[in-house]
Amino acid sequence: MSSTIEVAPKKILAQSNATNLSGSEAVLEAFLAEGVETIFGYPGGAIMPIYDALYDYQTKLKHILVRHEQGGIHAAQGYARTSGRTGVVFATSGPGATNLVTGLADAMIDSTPLVAITGQVFAHLLGTDAFQETDVINITTPVTKWNYQVTDATEIPAVLAKAFYIARSGRPGPVLIDITKNAQLQKFDYSGYEKCNHIRSYRPKPNVRKEYVEQAAKLINEAEKPFVIFGQGVILGNAENEFKKFIEKAGIPTAWTIMGESALQTDHPLAVGMLGMHGNYGPNVLTNECDVLIAVGMRFDDRVTGRLDKYAKQAKVIHLDIDPAEIDKNVKSAVPVWGDCKDTLPLLTQLIEQKVYPQWLQRFRDFQQQEEEACIQPELNPSSEQLTMGEVIRVINEYTGGDHVIVTDVGQHQMVACRYAKFTKSRSNITSGGLGTMGFALPAAIGAKFGAPDRTVIAVIGDGGFQMTLQELGTIMQSEVDVKILILNNQFLGMVRQWQQLFHDKRYSFVDITSPDFVQVAKGYGIAGNSVSERKDLQAAVKQMLDHKGAFLLEVMVGKENNVFPMVPQGSSVAEIRLK
Amino acid sequence: MSKQEFTVTVYTENQIGLLNRIAIMFSRRKINIESLNTSPSEVEGIHRFTIVIHETEDVVRKLARQIEKQVEVLKAYYNTNEEIVWQELAMYKVPTDTIAEKVKVERLLREYGARAVVIRKDYTVFETTGQREETDKLIAVLEPYGLIEFVRSGRVAIIKASSGFHEKLKEFEQAEPSEEVIENEFLDKQDEVFTM
Repeated sequence: MSSTIEVAPKKILAQSNATNLSGSEAVLEAFLAEGVETIFGYPGGAIMPIYDALYDYQTKLKHILVRHEQGGIHAAQGYARTSGRTGVVFATSGPGATNLVTGLADAMIDSTPLVAITGQVFAHLLGTDAFQETDVINITTPVTKWNYQVTDATEIPAVLAKAFYIARSGRPGPVLIDITKNAQLQKFDYSGYEKCNHIRSYRPKPNVRKEYVEQAAKLINEAEKPFVIFGQGVILGNAENEFKKFIEKAGIPTAWTIMGESALQTDHPLAVGMLGMHGNYGPNVLTNECDVLIAVGMRFDDRVTGRLDKYAKQAKVIHLDIDPAEIDKNVKSAVPVWGDCKDTLPLLTQLIEQKVYPQWLQRFRDFQQQEEEACIQPELNPSSEQLTMGEVIRVINEYTGGDHVIVTDVGQHQMVACRYAKFTKSRSNITSGGLGTMGFALPAAIGAKFGAPDRTVIAVIGDGGFQMTLQELGTIMQSEVDVKILILNNQFLGMVRQWQQLFHDKRYSFVDITSPDFVQVAKGYGIAGNSVSERKDLQAAVKQMLDHKGAFLLEVMVGKENNVFPMVPQGSSVAEIRLK
Repeated sequence: MSKQEFTVTVYTENQIGLLNRIAIMFSRRKINIESLNTSPSEVEGIHRFTIVIHETEDVVRKLARQIEKQVEVLKAYYNTNEEIVWQELAMYKVPTDTIAEKVKVERLLREYGARAVVIRKDYTVFETTGQREETDKLIAVLEPYGLIEFVRSGRVAIIKASSGFHEKLKEFEQAEPSEEVIENEFLDKQDEVFTM
């Protein structure tokens, strides 16, 4: 949204004391103090003073010029998710800022720590419908953990310190700081940057209540068919080791949500798979058979629970969560264990008995066997002539051994990738879980690569989602980002088509989508590519993509009308999961 | 669970935009705010929102937690009408001549606890304080005499069981609230304690 307009006030303000900092410089000093290394952004009129200051900070701060602000914020999300640090994004006022909204909503629902800085018109123009003015604070209030408008540069150090603290502490989330142009230009006496570690009205971590931990341990010790389910809280709390120790001592079968996936290696002996609408058979069915359900850092999304009044009604639920508002929000818990699971899990581990549940675990394996025959084998080793999405993921697993970062978009390919990708390391499954944002994967993969530069980052995208943000190929080209782009092309908006087939009498209403020649598009951006449609070429093509130095786009033509199963139909209980 | 009247009391920092942040918690769930009042509280610098809604307790409990989650909110309480002492202020403007001719103003004032705030040649403004039913009654009485204007304030409520916010605030002002309260003697000794 580049647009250069008024420049006059700068001259006047620039006359003040040169030893002082401008608001813009204070923003960048705050970034340095907070350990920011990479900024994703797009310049424009109202954020020009910050970009002007950035010109002098280029050796200290890396700025990645994206092609659209939505791409910028998704990249910041991908960066935050692989690195565990706070993602940072710049956008200008008006359309630049409104283009951030989808990413903010995505980061809000998936608890991703972000600090978004938007430029704003001069303070004296606020509310006058000035050029590129929009009420960003009010637009973004429901989709930010906190937001604030700065109209005076002296506020900047304290406000940014607060922003970073709020974004990354407790249950993380996006923070937006809107800075008027005069505040960016204003010089002021800068007395250094002080990190924030306390806001009196904000309690990021609830107090751990020992009696609840004891009650939880008692329930676990008395359980005969306990079941552990976990979400992204384990990753956000950096509690992967604590979690593993807990389940290994408890000996309890363990399943993950889509957001929690990769916090536990997928081939762990206690791992029984993924929960939810397209999750695994056993974990869904046995949710309604277990006697104690231990939920760690997850929020019982409707895609996980299916019909709520038929969800785990027989079970006593122990809910570990850092966010008190999540306790009893969807599922009533018998024991609420408020707190950071990095703190609560070791306490719980200490109090539980070392156990194994061979027969109970076998139940999961039995269901697994049924699913293998009905769904998994036909998907991974199909007898059909057409390629399946699952076998492409299988081939990737074979080459990477599960040491990869998979960034998925939204739809059938997302479910297939999350079902079949193997993971050996945490922070490796990056997906838009809560919001379901098509167009997420390509920009998020760019950020994911900057967040984990030594890892193989593979963006798995459908033909529909890719066309939502394919402009970011330009970013990949310019910044030479080594991401592998895998397009699973079924020439349909596949998930919607699947629903239309199953629930709308095959009335395929506007799901037949035409795509350009993706390899040619990539070529236009100087990105190498290949397209395969036959099984005999698949292995070599995947190898070529993974071995290629730099970005590579691989399109795989897959069966047009393949469906993702198992499936818990909307409005059904998890026990009513269908294998076909 | 049936719906009933709840009064939500929210203690907050005094911050621009916070009213919106709180209001959208209700509108997002399509809950109508029956009455809203913001005022200073017993603690200097801390604002107090008093919000009346008609909902089930289950919904109100979740809402209060979501409101409390907002960064600049210190605490959100919810109470039934039995748990609070509450009042609303109402004002009524009526033509002075009709009132003087047709009703005995004196009786009106005494019976409804009203007070004449302004008496002019053309109009008189009465004021009453009380609960909704009480202030409503006077509307019914005055309507036949050409009630020109009526306005009622938001509810203000005192929580019977509350001991005020001073003590609570001290808790909030502790440097890192969660740390000293954690009863977790094992945290620093994980490696010894939790070996498999």
